[in-house]
Amino acid sequence: MKFLFTSFGIWSFTILCLIVFGRRERLCSVAGGLGVISGSLFAIASGVTTLLSNSYECFYLNWNYIGDKISFALDPLAAWFVIPVCGLSLLAAIYAIAYDWDNETGYSKSFSWILFILLLASMVLVICAANGVVFLMAWEVMAVSSFFLVIRDSAHSHSSQDAGWIYLIATHLGTVFLVILFLLAQAQTGSFDFMVWEKQGLNIPNRSLLFLLAAIGFGTKAGFVPFHIWLPEAHPAAPSYISAVMSGVMIKTGIYGLIRSIGWFGAPIPHWWGIAVLVIGIVSGVLGVLFAIAQHDLKRLLAYHSVENIGIITIGIGVGLVGLSYDNAGLIFLGFSGAVLHVLNHAVFKGLLFLGAGSVLHSTEEREIDKMGGLLKRMPLTGVAFLIGAMAISGLPPLNGFVSELIIFISGVHSLLSKDVTIGLCGAAVVGGLALIGGLAAACFAKAFGIIFVGEPRSDKCSKAEESSPLMTIPMLVLAMLCLVIGLSGAWLVAGVAPQIVQNISKNTSLDFAGYQSQLSNALMFVGLTGGLLIVLLALFVLIKKALIKNRTVSYGLTWDCGYTRPTARMQYTASSFAQPFLELFKPILRTRHHYHVHMPDNMFPQGANFHTETPDICHTEVYRPVFLKISEILMKFRFLQHGYIQIYILYIALTLILLLIWKIR
Amino acid sequence: MKVQLLLILVLLTNLKLLGSSRLGSSIRTVAIQGSLLGLLPLFIELDSLNWRVMTLAIGTVFLKGFVFANLLFRAINVANVNREVQPFAGYVSSLLYGIVALIVSFWLGQILNLGQLSYSPLIIPVSFFGIFSGLFLIVSRRRAISQVLGFLVLENGVFTFGAGIIKMTSLLVEIGILLDVFVAILVMGITVFRISQECDHIDTDKLITLKD
Amino acid sequence: MTISILLKTTISILASLILAPILLGIINRVKAGFAGRVGQPLLQPYYDIFKLLKKGLFYSTTTSWIFRWGTLVSLAVIVCALLIVPCGPFPALISFKGDIFLLVYLMGVVRFITVISALDTGSSFEGMGSSREMFFSALAEPALLLALMGLAKVTDSFSLTSIANTLSATNWFNNGASLALLMGTLFIVLLSENARIPIDDPNTHLELTMIHEVMVLDHSGPDFAVINYISALKLWIFSAIIAPVLFPIHTNNIIADFSVWLSGMVLISIAVGIVESSMARLRLTVIPQFLLGATALAITAIVLTWIG
Repeated sequence: MKFLFTSFGIWSFTILCLIVFGRRERLCSVAGGLGVISGSLFAIASGVTTLLSNSYECFYLNWNYIGDKISFALDPLAAWFVIPVCGLSLLAAIYAIAYDWDNETGYSKSFSWILFILLLASMVLVICAANGVVFLMAWEVMAVSSFFLVIRDSAHSHSSQDAGWIYLIATHLGTVFLVILFLLAQAQTGSFDFMVWEKQGLNIPNRSLLFLLAAIGFGTKAGFVPFHIWLPEAHPAAPSYISAVMSGVMIKTGIYGLIRSIGWFGAPIPHWWGIAVLVIGIVSGVLGVLFAIAQHDLKRLLAYHSVENIGIITIGIGVGLVGLSYDNAGLIFLGFSGAVLHVLNHAVFKGLLFLGAGSVLHSTEEREIDKMGGLLKRMPLTGVAFLIGAMAISGLPPLNGFVSELIIFISGVHSLLSKDVTIGLCGAAVVGGLALIGGLAAACFAKAFGIIFVGEPRSDKCSKAEESSPLMTIPMLVLAMLCLVIGLSGAWLVAGVAPQIVQNISKNTSLDFAGYQSQLSNALMFVGLTGGLLIVLLALFVLIKKALIKNRTVSYGLTWDCGYTRPTARMQYTASSFAQPFLELFKPILRTRHHYHVHMPDNMFPQGANFHTETPDICHTEVYRPVFLKISEILMKFRFLQHGYIQIYILYIALTLILLLIWKIR
Repeated sequence: MKVQLLLILVLLTNLKLLGSSRLGSSIRTVAIQGSLLGLLPLFIELDSLNWRVMTLAIGTVFLKGFVFANLLFRAINVANVNREVQPFAGYVSSLLYGIVALIVSFWLGQILNLGQLSYSPLIIPVSFFGIFSGLFLIVSRRRAISQVLGFLVLENGVFTFGAGIIKMTSLLVEIGILLDVFVAILVMGITVFRISQECDHIDTDKLITLKD
Repeated sequence: MTISILLKTTISILASLILAPILLGIINRVKAGFAGRVGQPLLQPYYDIFKLLKKGLFYSTTTSWIFRWGTLVSLAVIVCALLIVPCGPFPALISFKGDIFLLVYLMGVVRFITVISALDTGSSFEGMGSSREMFFSALAEPALLLALMGLAKVTDSFSLTSIANTLSATNWFNNGASLALLMGTLFIVLLSENARIPIDDPNTHLELTMIHEVMVLDHSGPDFAVINYISALKLWIFSAIIAPVLFPIHTNNIIADFSVWLSGMVLISIAVGIVESSMARLRLTVIPQFLLGATALAITAIVLTWIG
């Protein structure tokens, strides 16, 4: 806990320095970066020590206004979430120094860095809060600071501002549910303290209603379908390192809240909760990846993949909940371990991918996938890092995405092999759903990497692209190394850390996790060994091939182009064509719109033609838009109240005061 | 054991119907399904064979396997129908519906556990699956012939249930059902023929113009 | 690990590595027999690989290091995948609860690398092949995993080696229908993943019909030899998953067991050859329905195990 306070102290001091430095841009960047880095290091240290020692620390401050105490707690579950939050922010800060070095951004550098530190500090506070009021205040600061960061670069583009507004409204609507939940809990137990809620077990007015409130409230932040529509708007609009932080760790605070809230409802929980969460997870996963395949904009594609991975995490949580409702130790352990590990893994590879996208954007000033190409030769380090990130998010061994998906798959198999039919059906759904999600994600990233980084550049800006500065590439390479390391060493993570975290969630000390833990460690050890074997074999084969072709002729030339005399780079396969079979098969869900413009030829030669597809988000266009338009129609009727005469406004105030007086006198 | 195998084959024919695209093969599949179900009482009462069961089995196989198929083939040949089925729901949706219906049927089988009353635990799931498939075929296909096929599949589902549950008295019920179905098919065949003569097509979608 | 187990495992791995291309030879001979020809010699795939290994290399200037070294990464990955599959009575080297998923995803790595190597050349043909390949395998993967889950459910274990060891004739007796349906699904996935008719035509190189063949158009010399060998190993791995289901016979004689298993593999290759000779390739728009049908069969098999 002491480390955590040091972090907060450093961050507050940095904010002060930033206010003082004011206009000195370069100094602000360096100061902000150093502040974030040092604070994060201390926070990570506190998280690691908590995990290693399996301790639980609390801190109280008396405050007589609302609730009785302000309390913070750091237990293994919170520590596990603090580590990726601070780790990714650390790397993003290093990246940000270089990204903004020469850029003219909407705000001054000091304001930008102040917002970043506020975002980071509020995220850590949300995770460590043990009191409803503190939680909500930190939640609000997180939402507002990220909103300002999202609209930072929107001076030139209108759509960025719209994205910011959608984000702000969505997050506040979600927070409303949380406020109602906390108020109901306080009404029942008399305090805002989480420990009190856990001890008493919330069930008034109705446990299921409270669970729904929690699911919707936290789900909006996490990005469950159908509450996810702000994700594909806000993440592309924000500067890339902010997208990395938002997508990698901010949405995980929603997941953290959901897992925390499971402990408040007391055991045993009804069966349908787990099944509902499982269904939400599968739907989010499949819909997220389907919409991702249909996108042309790299950052929007990555945002939809965040929805998909949140779906995978939710599948794990769903399995764990089913296990909790049936008191099945295997399902609880495997489901929650998989979910929690995927939280870490997703932070790593999604952060990596967004930083890579930012690097590409920085060099080429181009966001559309179909205008890029051949960037691997021009930006080798970014390319390698993006490749590793793409393979990790597709769940390919020996990287980290495979490890967490394997754990969730094994939990699905355990469900399938159980005697109960309902659990068995859940298991089959988990395996089938996750298999489909994995296959589609691999297809989407084969498209993304294949079109952006290899082949020939499809536009001039891309042919002139240059590798980004080391401050931008080093964080990416660090994250890529982390993908490989976690992939190979998953066994030790599970053996060391998972039992305490799961124990934190399930609170039932009679269940025995040791058997499952050893089985899982065994499995992951083999995965790590396979990874090692792969690297050894690869090295061997490379040596053999080099020896083999030492005296052979190696000739170079153009790719076979079927005899065309003037091939151009635009004749290559495009990303839209790559994705077309998927869009065709899933047409009822995606509803891609095709727009053609063809100029009919009036002589021998063809005139220009133009083809353009767009896939608007189905929840946005079918659900939210009509509802909000209807609400705005109804509210328009009250427009007459706003007419501009200041005297009548003062009359309104006077009337209200008189009414209050009458009401209180009676 | 043989009963189990028979029921699984019936289930597979239902799946094939849901994913099938051509009228000719659909009619043949329904004929095969009918023949399999005709053999069902035979296999159920394999130890206590008597001439009633034998005649019933042979009669059902003849009726469901050959007569109905013949009638339907003649109807589509005379009416010069386009052999490709045009459904309202695509084939992918039909197969997805089939998978969901399968899971629901098996779940119903678990809930309505009849224990000793049924000859095999597969009876209820297969019969419900037949009923669901038949209903789906009636609702989602355009051609009148496909709807007749859907009705036949529905009756097959009910027949499965009856044959698998009751013992000896079932014979009377089955004869009754068979007569029912025979008359229905005859009437439907004639109606389809007449419709095609009047309207030059048997697209039920266009039959709504009759309402004016 | 005792010496005898180590010896057995080494022998089985070497046997797999050496014998894999014969399956391709058997399929070609069966197809030739159906066409009334004598056909290539059984060992022709070996001759092809050795001939290619002796040739020089040609690289397109568009390609990067991914194209040059991608085939070797695929080879390393597929050899690791081979170590997960049991060969008859010999247990697999890498065997743990859940190795099914490692196998399937290692195949996914091979596919991913092949696809990005294909896109690396900047050729539209290869782009088209890549798109179709990722599309069909995204639909085939749930079918494959659900079929393997069905096998796990029937044998109550989920490691490939323990599934192969637990399968016996009693399983066919009790869950015969499920096993038959699962074998059907696995066979369809074999045809899909190994680019056989009715999904893809391994003989032609026209845009209309190709998926797998087109992705490797630009590879030459030793690279192409490695690619041919990888496809042979892929066929071997998929057949090795089906073979224990086909002939689940366990005597205590290692030679007898291994011969039975080998004959199962040969039988599967002959079946592939027969299917290739008697069917035409399906239209591309029909293939998703076909794969969905395979998934439906797998789900039916799983649902049946709850009753039987």
